[in-house]
Formats: sequence, structure tokens, C-alpha cells
Amino acid sequence: MSALHINEIQKYFGALLVLDGVSLDIAQSEVVAVIGRSGSGKSTMLRCINGLEKIQAGSIEVAGHRIGPQGGDLRSLRKEVGMVFQSYNLFPHLTVLENVTLAPKVVKGVGREEAEAIAHDVLRRVGLAEKSGAYSDELSGGQQQRVAIARSLAMQPKVMLFDEVTSALDPELTGEVLKTMEELADAGMTMVLVTHEMGFARQVADRTVFMHKGKVWEQGPSEELFSYPQTPELRNFIAPNLK
Amino acid sequence: MAYQMNFAPVMALAPQLFEGAFNTLILSGQSIVAGIAIGVVGAVGRTEGPRWLDRAIGAYVELFRNTPLLVQLFLIFFGLPYIGLRLSANAAAIIAVALNLGAYSTEILRAGLQAIPRTQIEAGLALGMSRLQVVRYVVIVPALRIIYPALTGQLTLTLLGSSIASAISATELTAAGARIESTTFRSLETFLCVAVIYIAMTFTFRFIYWLIGLLLFRRKAPPKPSLIADISEISRVGV
Ligand SMILES: Nc1ncnc2c1ncn2[C@@H]1O[C@H](COP(=O)(O)OP(=O)(O)OP(=O)(O)O)[C@@H](O)[C@H]1O
Ligand SMILES: [Mg+2]
Repeated sequence: MSALHINEIQKYFGALLVLDGVSLDIAQSEVVAVIGRSGSGKSTMLRCINGLEKIQAGSIEVAGHRIGPQGGDLRSLRKEVGMVFQSYNLFPHLTVLENVTLAPKVVKGVGREEAEAIAHDVLRRVGLAEKSGAYSDELSGGQQQRVAIARSLAMQPKVMLFDEVTSALDPELTGEVLKTMEELADAGMTMVLVTHEMGFARQVADRTVFMHKGKVWEQGPSEELFSYPQTPELRNFIAPNLK
Repeated sequence: MAYQMNFAPVMALAPQLFEGAFNTLILSGQSIVAGIAIGVVGAVGRTEGPRWLDRAIGAYVELFRNTPLLVQLFLIFFGLPYIGLRLSANAAAIIAVALNLGAYSTEILRAGLQAIPRTQIEAGLALGMSRLQVVRYVVIVPALRIIYPALTGQLTLTLLGSSIASAISATELTAAGARIESTTFRSLETFLCVAVIYIAMTFTFRFIYWLIGLLLFRRKAPPKPSLIADISEISRVGV
């Protein structure tokens, strides 16, 4: 059974059709990279998956929770789907530890001690165990993004969504975040990542999806897709990136 | 011939002034707690609630921000008995001042809620929080931090505004002053004393708001109120 099932979703912003019948099936522990030009609907697709945007047709299923045009049990679905944003979005009034323990405490009702044990565990996984008392403005961008990943991990999601999580970082800081994501992938996390890091997609993702004009234009095992692009659109898209 | 100040007759009645000051503290303290509570509910209702609720709260806000506090007080004190609610002067004053503060703080708090970036709210929702949990754990503290100076300024106005209760002979400080003035005929001396007591109270309150700010915003507390800074400066110099 697939971990994430996206069935023929359509998304309009006003009269603008942004997702035009997108379908994707993502298996347990699969890592899927999503690439495509600016405006092709990549972010919108991720945001639809955890219900930050309403869809107008189709359905999305994760871990037995289903959302459709009529909505659905968004909160149950979001407990299973972690999301990491380009701009980190840490809560600035809370320490790193409080950022990470907040959702387990208030959403799952986990006690303080257990929440802190979970937090220390996930912070160790992203290599920031010693920063638990810091505030976000005392961290580098790369560290903030790793805390954001830890915060999401603390909810023990079944699927994690990453939207260009290294795009706001200085080049010398992208490495540490990509390494954290690679370790997650190795640990068997099911991941969907929108990325402009073609090298990373090719190396880490089992499958790469090329989106164009709100559609899944072309997809396949990453190595194959990058080596033998079938459509002229994908060829045009990756050609400058290969130089 | 220069006017000779004579504080002695006023000082003889100082206990009345202190009782008045105490009542002002009680009156405005209760109004502040109730007014802030109204403001929080009003602001969250306007931003998170359905449209009809936004409209209803908006009407309340406009009503109370476009009429004088004194008129609001009269309407409550003289109007409520007609629907069978007979209130003491002090109770009517608390209600009027609280409703007035509620209207202003609704708008101040709403501005704070709206100043928080949508991305913060989405981060909370994406973690599975309900909208109200997001407001409570993610939005409120940073929002309060932004509007804290405006809010505490409004609270100072509330403390001073409670003086209008003297118009329905409640027993607060200004009323006590008026009574003393009418028996001693020392108008200037009486109201100088009243003014000094008001200043002492507002300074104390502003110091308390600053302390609360320190607790609330452990990180990056808002700046000390300037007058407080001046006082600590003076005491260090040893005046
Ligand atoms: N909230 C919104 N309101 C209206 N239009 C929107 C909104 N969000 C996105 N769009 C439009 O939807 C289309 C797809 O946007 P989306 O952000 O999904 O693209 P993307 O593939 O993520 O692009 P990028 O690589 O620049 O992040 C764009 O045309 C965009 O202008
Ligand atoms: Mg995008």
C-alpha cells in the first residue's frame, strides 16, 4: 500500500488553474524529488497535500486519512505529514527545545518529560543537541532549518514534505541541511522534496517528478530521468543545470 | 497679593484621599482585567470567527470608540435600571470603563494578531495544531510584544479615565478630591494632591507593566518606560 496517494487533484487560484489533474503514488520509504520551473505548481502541490490549500477536485490519502474538495479531517492528516518550509518558520519567542516540544505537547498531549526526551532525540539526529536552550535568532540559517526539521520529526510523521528548504541558505550552509535530509532518507523516511538542487535529487531521490504547467509532465527513477529525458520541456529544463 | 498655599486643611483629610486612591485602584484594576479579557475575545473573534461575529464586534467597537466615555457611563448608570438592573455607582463605572477599554483593546490586539506573518500560522497548522492553539501558542506572545507599548498606554488612559466615575458620585480619587474641595475650599491644593497621587499610581502601574513584559517576553523585552528609566537614573545620582 502506498504511503501517500494523490488522485487527480485540481487546484484553482480564482480562475487560474494551477494543478491540473495531478496524480502521484508514493511508496513507504520512497524519496521523491519534485522539480520544475518557477510557477509550475510544485509548492502548491505540497501545500495541498497537508491541507494548507483547498483542492477543487480529486483526493489525497495519507495513512487512512482522506481529504477532498469537501475538506476532511485535516488535523489528523497533518499529524501524519510533516512539512518543512523554505523560510524555516521557527517560533521566535520560544527556545529550540520549546519549538520542538510544543506540538507533541499540545497536539498529542504528550507529557513534558516525554516530550523533552523526544526533542533531545530528534535534536541529536539533526546534530543540534547542544542548542536546545537557544532562540532562533541566535542560530545560523542552516541550524534554524535543521531545528525546523527536528520540530517536524518530533511529531513522528509518516511522510515529510520539504519545499526548497535550502533555497534561502548561503551556499556553504546548504550542505549540512542536505546531509540531514540524506540521513532521514537512509533511515527510511517517506519524503517528497521540491528542490532546485538537481545533483541532490539525482543522488538521493529514488524517483524524480518533473512538473510543468500544473501537470506531472514526466517522471521516473532519478538516474534515468536525468540521463534520458523524454520530453523537450524536461530536456530544456535540465540542460542549463547540467553545465 | 500673592496667593498663599495652605495644604493643612487638605492634609487633615488625607485619609479620604487615600481611600479614594484605593478605590481608583480597585475600580481600574477590575476594569483593566475585564477590558483586556473583552479585548482578547474581541480580537480573536474578529480575526478567527465567522463574518457575522466580526461585524457584531465591529459594531460594538465603533459604538464605544465614537461616543464619550462619560456618555457611556451615564447610559449604563441611568439606562440599565430601566431593564431591571440597578447598579451601584462603582459597579456601573467598572462596567463602563471595562467596555470602553474592551473596544480599544480589541482593535489594538487585532492589529497585533494581523502583524504576525502568515507563515508562522501555517507552520503551526502544519504541525497539527488547531487554529485556536496556533493563536494561543504561536501568535499571542509575539503579537503582544508588538503592540505592548500601545496597549499599556491605553491602560494608563483607563486608570486616568476612571476619574469620570466621580460624575455619578462613585467613591474614587477624583470624587474624594471634589468632596474635600467642597469642605475646605482649597481647590488648588486639593487637586494638586490628587494629581500627585495619580502620577504615583500611573508610574507604579507602568513599572508593573514593564515587569510583566519581562516575564512575558523573556527574550527581547520591550524597552523600559522612559519615566521609570529617568527615576532609576535620578536615584542612582542620589537626588
Ligand atoms: N496564494 C496564491 N494566490 C494566487 N495565486 C497563487 C497563489 N499561490 C501561488 N499562486 C500561483 O500559482 C502558480 C503556482 O505557484 P507555485 O508557488 O506552486 O509554483 P512553484 O512551482 O512552487 O514555483 P517556485 O519554483 O517559484 O517556488 C503560480 O502561477 C503562482 O503565481
Ligand atoms: Mg515554490
